[in-house]
Amino acid sequence: MNQLPALVGVFAYLSLLTMGGGMAAFPELRVLVVDVHHWLTFPQLIHLYSVGQMAPGPNMMMVASIGEWVAGVPGAVAVLLAFFLPTALLTLGVGRLWIRLETWPWRTSIQRGLAPVSIGLILAGSISLAEGALTGWLTVVIAAAVFAVLLFSRVNPALLVLCGALVSLIAFSPR
Amino acid sequence: MTRRVSDSAAPPRVATLSEIFLAFLLIGATSFGGGAVAYLRSSLVAKHGWLDDREFVELLSISQTLPGLNATNMAVLVGDRLRGTRGSIAAICGMCLPGALIMIAAGIVYRRHGDRPAGTAMLHGVAAAAVGLILATTVQLGRRSIRHAVDLVFVALTVVAVNLLHLSVPVALLGVGALAILWYRPQ
Repeated sequence: MNQLPALVGVFAYLSLLTMGGGMAAFPELRVLVVDVHHWLTFPQLIHLYSVGQMAPGPNMMMVASIGEWVAGVPGAVAVLLAFFLPTALLTLGVGRLWIRLETWPWRTSIQRGLAPVSIGLILAGSISLAEGALTGWLTVVIAAAVFAVLLFSRVNPALLVLCGALVSLIAFSPR
Repeated sequence: MTRRVSDSAAPPRVATLSEIFLAFLLIGATSFGGGAVAYLRSSLVAKHGWLDDREFVELLSISQTLPGLNATNMAVLVGDRLRGTRGSIAAICGMCLPGALIMIAAGIVYRRHGDRPAGTAMLHGVAAAAVGLILATTVQLGRRSIRHAVDLVFVALTVVAVNLLHLSVPVALLGVGALAILWYRPQ
């Protein structure tokens, strides 16, 4: 069955929900990819998303993995275009308008109002990810340790994710 | 197509399309863990001098208000400012290319070998670390944009709407967003 139209539809829709960051779309990503289209299981989605945190660049490049998984390299290309083109066009258009609206009083209202909502959406996405990723005390300890180290120092986050991988490799490996 | 206000004495430095592409390719290949903003600033403001700090912060606030990832929205806005629509295309392609190639390859490796015991064991830790990373990024963003106690109420309302009431993200966004914008309405 040709999945490309469904991929394009899902990721174009998701792209419009990424207020403040990719994580904001995670709850909807989970519903659509896991429950509606059965492209991946929830653990698989969490794994790809988490591996994506070690890749450089914008932190949602894992959408390319989902596209490739479902429909090969054409699927990856279709998903990338669907996920980045709508918001790029919107940003291009609104960005030009926004500069000209500098004196419009509602501009400040919109910016100040949407700031906490976008933080709330990223937090909601983090909680949705945590529901699947924190499965026992060791995973909670790893998450808390990474959180604390990042807040109080400037370590490369990809290195910390790698440390988490090594710790759990030692802890969970079958003996 | 450059739309810069000529308020500074020094003429703005002209950037070619390939310079824009290469600058963003480098950022796209070296920025990790949602920290793209710091990399963007050091490249665009400090290294290339394409923007000053005031312009950078203004474009960043637009990026955060609109849907889309901060990193790609910044690429579109900066590319447009430097070289119009074609500058935007060069910037966003450079930004996304390294990560996209890596993740396509990583996805293939995961599908073939992800269910090996060692792979599964490592992925537990990767996922847990990712939760810590995302929460730290959220707190860092929050520190910058949460200014009043009432903002915390809007954050909480959004989380309750999505995680407890299981409302869809657009409903939560439009509902709480409209409320917050009205709260901050022009006096």
